[in-house]
Amino acid sequence: MCLAVPGRIVSIEGSDPLLRIGTVDFGGTRKQISLSCVPEAREGDYVLAHAGLALNVVDEAEAEKTLDLLREATEGE
Amino acid sequence: MKFIDEYREAGSVRACAETLERTVTRPWVLMEVCGGQTHAILRYGLDRLLPGEVTLVHGPGCPVCVTPVALIEKAGAIAALPGVTLCSFGDMLRVPGASVDLLTVKARGGDVRTVYSPLDAVELARTNPERQVVFFAVGFETTAPVTALAVSRAAQLDLENFSLLVAHVLVPPAIEAILAAPDNRIQGFLAAGHVCTVMGLDEYEEIAAKHHVPIVATGFEPLDILQGVLMTVRQLEQGRAEVENQYARAVQRQGNPRARALIAEVFQVVDRSWRGVGQIPQSGLGLSEAFAAFDAETRFDVTGVSAEESPLCISGEILRGIRRPDQCPAFGTRCTPEHPLGATMVSSEGACAAYHRYRGRQEGGDDG
Amino acid sequence: MGDANNCFHCPVPISRYAEVLMAHGGGGKLTRDLVEGLFIPAFGRPGAGPLHDGARLDLPAGRIVFTTDAYVVQPLFFPGGDIGSLAVNGTVNDLAMCGARPSSLSAAFILEEGLPMKTLARTAASMAEAARAAGVAVVTGDTKVVDRGKGDGIFITTSGVGVADPGLRIGPAEVCAGDAVILSGDIGRHGIAVMASREGLAFESEVQSDCAPLVDPVFAMLDAGVEVHCLRDLTRGGLATVLVEIAAGAGLNVRIEEDAVPVTPAVRGACELLGLDPLYTANEGRFVVFVAPGAAEQAVQALRSCPASAGAARVGEVLAGPAGTATLGGRFGADRILDMLSGEQLPRIC
Repeated sequence: MCLAVPGRIVSIEGSDPLLRIGTVDFGGTRKQISLSCVPEAREGDYVLAHAGLALNVVDEAEAEKTLDLLREATEGE
Repeated sequence: MKFIDEYREAGSVRACAETLERTVTRPWVLMEVCGGQTHAILRYGLDRLLPGEVTLVHGPGCPVCVTPVALIEKAGAIAALPGVTLCSFGDMLRVPGASVDLLTVKARGGDVRTVYSPLDAVELARTNPERQVVFFAVGFETTAPVTALAVSRAAQLDLENFSLLVAHVLVPPAIEAILAAPDNRIQGFLAAGHVCTVMGLDEYEEIAAKHHVPIVATGFEPLDILQGVLMTVRQLEQGRAEVENQYARAVQRQGNPRARALIAEVFQVVDRSWRGVGQIPQSGLGLSEAFAAFDAETRFDVTGVSAEESPLCISGEILRGIRRPDQCPAFGTRCTPEHPLGATMVSSEGACAAYHRYRGRQEGGDDG
Repeated sequence: MGDANNCFHCPVPISRYAEVLMAHGGGGKLTRDLVEGLFIPAFGRPGAGPLHDGARLDLPAGRIVFTTDAYVVQPLFFPGGDIGSLAVNGTVNDLAMCGARPSSLSAAFILEEGLPMKTLARTAASMAEAARAAGVAVVTGDTKVVDRGKGDGIFITTSGVGVADPGLRIGPAEVCAGDAVILSGDIGRHGIAVMASREGLAFESEVQSDCAPLVDPVFAMLDAGVEVHCLRDLTRGGLATVLVEIAAGAGLNVRIEEDAVPVTPAVRGACELLGLDPLYTANEGRFVVFVAPGAAEQAVQALRSCPASAGAARVGEVLAGPAGTATLGGRFGADRILDMLSGEQLPRIC
């Protein structure tokens, strides 16, 4: 369940944090996604979009860590 | 695509599989909870990369599969009413109820439409005041926030022609039910990553402690799944039973507070019957008092729908991880994707459909 | 004229009716006005003299190949094409897939009462443009009108005639173990372009339908002496469906490598978003060709010399077994058997 896809916020409409809509780019395809649940999101951020709602802002540092952990694990053993 | 491609990179995935090979010393049975994870495992053949000691059982993480027959029948009955437009995610359209599926209802003249988001259904209601628009709200906690947002939007707009047929289900009660079963074989869980994005990890702490099982919030790409398996197996090898977060780029311990608030405002926890599994108490969401007016079950008279399932279908045992699809006598013969007996064969997330599609009719195709 | 993205402008009024009426399909004066005023200006007059029941064709020597197809699509106009260009290219391509040079098409229209005349004119102009680009003529046709509500705007059936070299043997039965499988370009564009225009799934996409004639690429290979065993254009069921069909027809194993199949980032992004598999997503200007193993390189070069197949790539090979199956070699070393879908691929959230 839960196909949520990471996309980059290209522009944001609206100033009320609960009503903001982002134009989110998924590799060249763009969709309007509600940013109601991510008031901290800014243009340029990556968000996980599911059924028209952004569920969170992708943590780029954690993303890198996940990949690093793997590299460490395989080197260390 | 960023945040996708890096997690599908062949070298990293194989390296992770090798680490797993070196880590495991005994047989372990794990369950991946989410249908999206099942899909990825079968699509990429990830289970074939696992050492023989690790068995992955496909769990009930397919909200489409577990939607009760009665609700599908009600959806069909509502869609057949004149002046009604039923909006649904594509996933639900081919799932058989007791007598119909939504595509058949459409063929018979019902106005059934696919939408990407419940927000689109609200917009449809706003621009078509002469029609009653009903949204078939299936999904786990991942989808509940956007359904809640749609309902609050409809309330703000004072729409009298929008309503919901609610079929939302919750993951933790399902995991509890699996662990409580006397024939349970599952020793560790890969929790559904996006459910955790919304709800956080707290609910799983209690389960992990009570049943002494490791639970790892896991993503959906090949690397995520292999890492999730690795982290779970490491815990099992070390005798630990903790909640860990493999999917840290998308999951925070507290989840998404705004999304949880939306759910709490619009929904309340209710008992729910899971197709093929039976009643699980406090395992579903229903509209709260404040939003009860948006309930399609009360707005439309849809009593007297039948709720029987095929006696041949063993979806329940598949969903509880007791039997595999190819162990069902009807698999590939009486029950195929063209003529499904139960939802695990129709839904592309269902274990049976995925098995049929990716393995053909014989078990264990080529290993490349 | 005929550009699907611009309105059709005609200095002469097409008809004094702004909409199609039942009478336009009645065979009388209004039908004649429609033919003379709309279809003939678009398609050209087939030969001198008055119009007759059928068109008489002078075809070059060779084996006559004949095909027919019906076209329904919503929306009628989408990025990169429309029902008109689909109807012409689809039939032209079926002929090309038999190794035939297409010559002439018929076009039968079933119109819904109330269809704006401008829409019909735009469609006819698009067909004329597509026919010109493919080197064929629309030489005969028919028009019927059904009551409002009984049709989806326009349905078009085109039949086509072409001529092939009588010595040519092309088809699944000719496929041999060892053959190379070559794909003429990236997949999934048409399906995504059409979905992007559908109500309820609206998203902005730079993806244009790949609807195009494939005559040049086919003959670039044939004229270069490439030993072609089988040709098949990809349509609604996508690449996977075609491979499954040919594998079954040939009684062999068709094996392709996942990473060898070209997919543009925009199509991938849209597929990820909607939960679709590019392998099952519709195409209208792509084909697979099965060639003798030694001819693979030459075939790819010949294809790449044509704009419609500039992205051609070898994607797999034919093996003896498991017989009758199509296999996808996965990125992580695990194969999966490709199957036909039970119906249309639907967007999913799960």
